[in-house]
Amino acid sequence: MALLEAKGVNVVYEPNRGQRIWSVRDVDLTLEQGEFVGLVGESGCGKSTLGFALTRMLRPPAHLEGGVIAFDGQDIATLEGEPLRRQRRNGFAIVLQSGMNALNPVRDIAHHFADIFKAHARDGEDLTARVLRGRGASLLESVQLDAEVLTRFPHELSGGMRQRVSIALALALKPRLIVFDEPTTALDVIVQGAVIKTIKNLQAENSFTAVLISHDLGVVLDATDRVMVMYAGRIVEDQPSSELLSGPHHPYTEALLGCYADPRAEDIHLGGIAGSPPDLSLPQAGCSFAARCSLAEDVCRTVDPELTVLGSGMAACHVRAREFNAERKVRP
Amino acid sequence: MTADLTASQNPFADGARAGGPSTPVPPLVVAGVTKTYATRGRHKSVVTAVDDVSLTVAPGAAIALVGASGSGKSTLAKMITGSVRPTRGSIRFGDTCVESLRAGGLREYHRRVQMVFQDPYGALNPLHTVEYTVSRPCQNFLGLSAAAARDRVYELLETVGLTPPQQFAAKLPHQLSGGQRQRVVIARALACEPDLIVADEPVSMLDVSMRAGILRLLARLREERGLSLLYITHDLLGARVVTDEILVLNQGRVVERGQTKHVLQHPQDEYTIKLLEAVATPYAAKESQPPR
Repeated sequence: MALLEAKGVNVVYEPNRGQRIWSVRDVDLTLEQGEFVGLVGESGCGKSTLGFALTRMLRPPAHLEGGVIAFDGQDIATLEGEPLRRQRRNGFAIVLQSGMNALNPVRDIAHHFADIFKAHARDGEDLTARVLRGRGASLLESVQLDAEVLTRFPHELSGGMRQRVSIALALALKPRLIVFDEPTTALDVIVQGAVIKTIKNLQAENSFTAVLISHDLGVVLDATDRVMVMYAGRIVEDQPSSELLSGPHHPYTEALLGCYADPRAEDIHLGGIAGSPPDLSLPQAGCSFAARCSLAEDVCRTVDPELTVLGSGMAACHVRAREFNAERKVRP
Repeated sequence: MTADLTASQNPFADGARAGGPSTPVPPLVVAGVTKTYATRGRHKSVVTAVDDVSLTVAPGAAIALVGASGSGKSTLAKMITGSVRPTRGSIRFGDTCVESLRAGGLREYHRRVQMVFQDPYGALNPLHTVEYTVSRPCQNFLGLSAAAARDRVYELLETVGLTPPQQFAAKLPHQLSGGQRQRVVIARALACEPDLIVADEPVSMLDVSMRAGILRLLARLREERGLSLLYITHDLLGARVVTDEILVLNQGRVVERGQTKHVLQHPQDEYTIKLLEAVATPYAAKESQPPR
């Protein structure tokens, strides 16, 4: 059975009375046990909002509007209070973008671990300082940090170390699902590579299900088994990471891939994506990428495409689906 | 294009320009610059942020300074823009000795050397419109009247690709995307007709899809305006697109330098190779090693 199955998830931001922004629109997704999935898209496409929705972290003015999120068979979309907290205990965790802001600046790292263990303690659990220290130290060890870090304050750590501490905190209760929300965006390339490698190793060892949210397709393809591409609140493509480069794929994914080049290549052509994403407070007619798409036809502007089979995965594109089906008929 | 514009449409600008198009632009020469910081508190020590770095930025040249966090890139940039004084060594821009500049001289120097910052969210005053932000340097450095400054703001916004300019001029920073904000920051840096722009990680906070546009803008400005560019980054792809010479810094020292393309294709230093391997491109991840 799938670990998480979401159906018809909608998230709406209501910043002012009468203003409604549909940040996530009718998203269905399934996460299998032990899978490492990437979620990619430009700023404002709803990827972080979706990550927050799946872990029930949304705060006003955002709220879930309809939809079912079945975690391990139980619908968590409507859970509140103590039952939700219980699910969080060994259900799911989230690692936030900026390790710097996610840690309490006036408490040492040991306090952060103790806080989690105490808040989620079971009856009769040993919570003496020595035990807590030992558990904190072994968690830090798993993210390649020295136990000595326990006595430090967040400002004494580098960005990469802080992000590792955040990961160790997320691991503390042995969750079955961890959402990593842009865990390396604020870090430089070398540190970024090392942190991603740590996440990948931890995932392989502990076999938790992981969702890696990032705007950087390079980082995601490197680390994950499967990648979902989001645009304007929709998942527009879902492919195995190893197949994404060979195509066929959604024109948006293609445009994203065009933003990369190997710095060692002989000649470099850097693409970009002209235009900007649609205004999500307005109702969307047709495919939301149509205005920026070079393949767009009349049907794209009127009918919103569904996710259909394309290559080794799924994509939501009228033109590519038609091409793919035509080819399949010729060579079954 | 710029020279025409200054001469024909902005009569005020010509007088205010010391190093106008007629005077040849001097190279920026950094010679043996070192910066050390003493740390206070329990563990007293001396940190050498930049260690004996020399470089020359010729007029119209674009040089990349590449390295991981803490390699001294930004400290070097601050010394070049005159906001930090070197412990040893000298920085010369024509007759100007940058490390000994005081208020008035520094002001004139800042007209000729402008900076583009890393964080477009923090570099713009959230309470001021784009027009106000970009018109300030026009009025302060070029002495334009308010009306002339407004025309110039529109031209600058058009140059950086924010069209229609009338519409963008009236906006506040929070109404713009990260990429648009960074274009405003670039327009502001261009406003006073500088000879050299120091860009400190101008794209690292932006989405990958917006980076390409900013990189192309910088490359185009350099070509059209003959700007010199010091491009500080850890993004080797950006360095490759915008610059023709590269300096790789590690712990304050230059560990490798040369033509950008050549250095990236044939890296010699271990640290450069490590940086290249850390670049996450989807292609590098899946393909076999490209030709070295």
